[in-house]
Amino acid sequence: MSFLNPVATKWLIDIAYFATAFLFIMGLKRMASPVTARSGIVWAGGGMLIATLVTFLAPSLGTELSSHLGTNMVLVVVAIAIGGGIAWVSGQRVAMTDMPQMIALYNGMGGGAAAAIAAVELYKGEEHTLVAGTLAVLGGLIGGVSFSGSGIAFGKLQGLIKKSYRFGGQQFVNMLILAGALVVGGLIATGTNTSMEAVTLFFVLALLLGLTMTLPIGGADMPVVISLYNALTGLAVAFEGFVTQNTAMIIAGTVVGSAGSLLTQLMAKAMNRSLGNVLFSGFGDTGGAATGPVTGSQKPIDASDAGVAMAFAQKVIIVPGYGMAVAQAQHKVWEMTQLLIDRGVTVKFAIHPVAGRMPGHMNVLLAEAGVPYDIIADLDEINAEFETADVALIIGANDVVNPVARNDKSSPIYGMPILNADKAKTCIVIKRGQGQGFSGIENALFYLDNTRLLYGDGQKAAAELIAAIKSVD
Amino acid sequence: MIDGIIALYIFLLAGFTGYEVIGRVPAILHTPLMSGSNFVHGIVVVGAMIALFKADTPLEQAIGFIGVLLGAGNAMGGYVVTARMLEMFKSSGSKAKSGGHH
Repeated sequence: MSFLNPVATKWLIDIAYFATAFLFIMGLKRMASPVTARSGIVWAGGGMLIATLVTFLAPSLGTELSSHLGTNMVLVVVAIAIGGGIAWVSGQRVAMTDMPQMIALYNGMGGGAAAAIAAVELYKGEEHTLVAGTLAVLGGLIGGVSFSGSGIAFGKLQGLIKKSYRFGGQQFVNMLILAGALVVGGLIATGTNTSMEAVTLFFVLALLLGLTMTLPIGGADMPVVISLYNALTGLAVAFEGFVTQNTAMIIAGTVVGSAGSLLTQLMAKAMNRSLGNVLFSGFGDTGGAATGPVTGSQKPIDASDAGVAMAFAQKVIIVPGYGMAVAQAQHKVWEMTQLLIDRGVTVKFAIHPVAGRMPGHMNVLLAEAGVPYDIIADLDEINAEFETADVALIIGANDVVNPVARNDKSSPIYGMPILNADKAKTCIVIKRGQGQGFSGIENALFYLDNTRLLYGDGQKAAAELIAAIKSVD
Repeated sequence: MIDGIIALYIFLLAGFTGYEVIGRVPAILHTPLMSGSNFVHGIVVVGAMIALFKADTPLEQAIGFIGVLLGAGNAMGGYVVTARMLEMFKSSGSKAKSGGHH
């Protein structure tokens, strides 16, 4: 099939995979800085293209080639066309607010592909070394868990699955399924029982484990879970790379496995949760209804007064939350910001790590509206600046500016780092009604003497503020 | 042939590489970076292709086909959404109308 002799073909493949590994690592490195990030994905994409083309053009890589090679090559083209085509269209269409669940979906596909590689290998029932057999089984297990688990994560964030299913002894049941999968997997890996029934049972258990592990976890914790499954898929890919003797897969999978683990830790830390807590406690969407004593009253302000206050300010810090994105108000907010900047007001955006649906998500949403990243600051950078701000404008955010997190030990959000919006001379809160945040906790900020509430839909309120600022001369 | 000990070395070095590459990354890039690393493990499509090339029975062909389809979805979807997100990251220096400072 190949147009070169076997030795030259082997060389070509090795060099191509080496180039792919290099481009992946350089691409990820460039993606780690906002200045070079855009070229990073192009580098990594080049690596992917090289690896795919070379693998397709040199199928003599496999030692035992199938007698159906011609048919199989057609099947490869059809599968790539269908899978790639659907993903391309869906990836182009997805709204920026829905990005987290889309990442979960694509990640689950990768896990499923790793499990499929293991399945083809194991259904063949051929002799493996113990190492190859073990890695095939482990990669299959992790890939299967990532596949079904990511599917549930997608369903939850997309609103298809609204409930968190919990019952007593759930952890015990999960452990039982895991133990069962490991026992069956052990029998397969050691060659004790490589029957089709055993392999099928193994994959059923792996998929089941992904479901039962993910169903009890609440929507608010899903980003951490998605990140964890991303790292796990990387690991599964690395293991299957060993099974298929493919260095590009081993390196790329391991890099993602370790980078993804670090990213998961960073995210969990940014959300003030430990990973064990996320996986085994089942908080995430309940919070708790503990309400500390709140004194004072909510003092309303109208849009024209709020607009004047900002127009004559030296410095305004805007605190956006997911509510702003839901109201699609980010474009109006940026328009308002530009007006203020033109008047000589210093404006900055303060982003709490959980301002969007996952750390960094709000930055993406603001970037979509055209806000340049260098006027966006994260919690550590901006918190000392609130004291020098004349106005803190809070739009669609709630728990992340609640001062009870600082001092009320009975509060479920006690200890969570918050943005010190209450330290600004005036706090203006745009709010739809008198409701509470997703955790259902009363926000003490709303009752402070320096806080004014501007009631209304985020987009409408921003439009009124724009009109108010324009009318100031 | 990659034997066990060589594979261990690769795991070790690639593991450290991933950790170092991502370390100290600003929170603003967490979401695109997760998406980017999600794209990178889309390399699994290559393994699925090799598995499908070697498939003998209709069952193996069917599973291999699903594997390639899913892997291609991972790679293509991961690329498109990462590129879309990163495309939007611009500094105020690159915008005509802005008051950002450097």
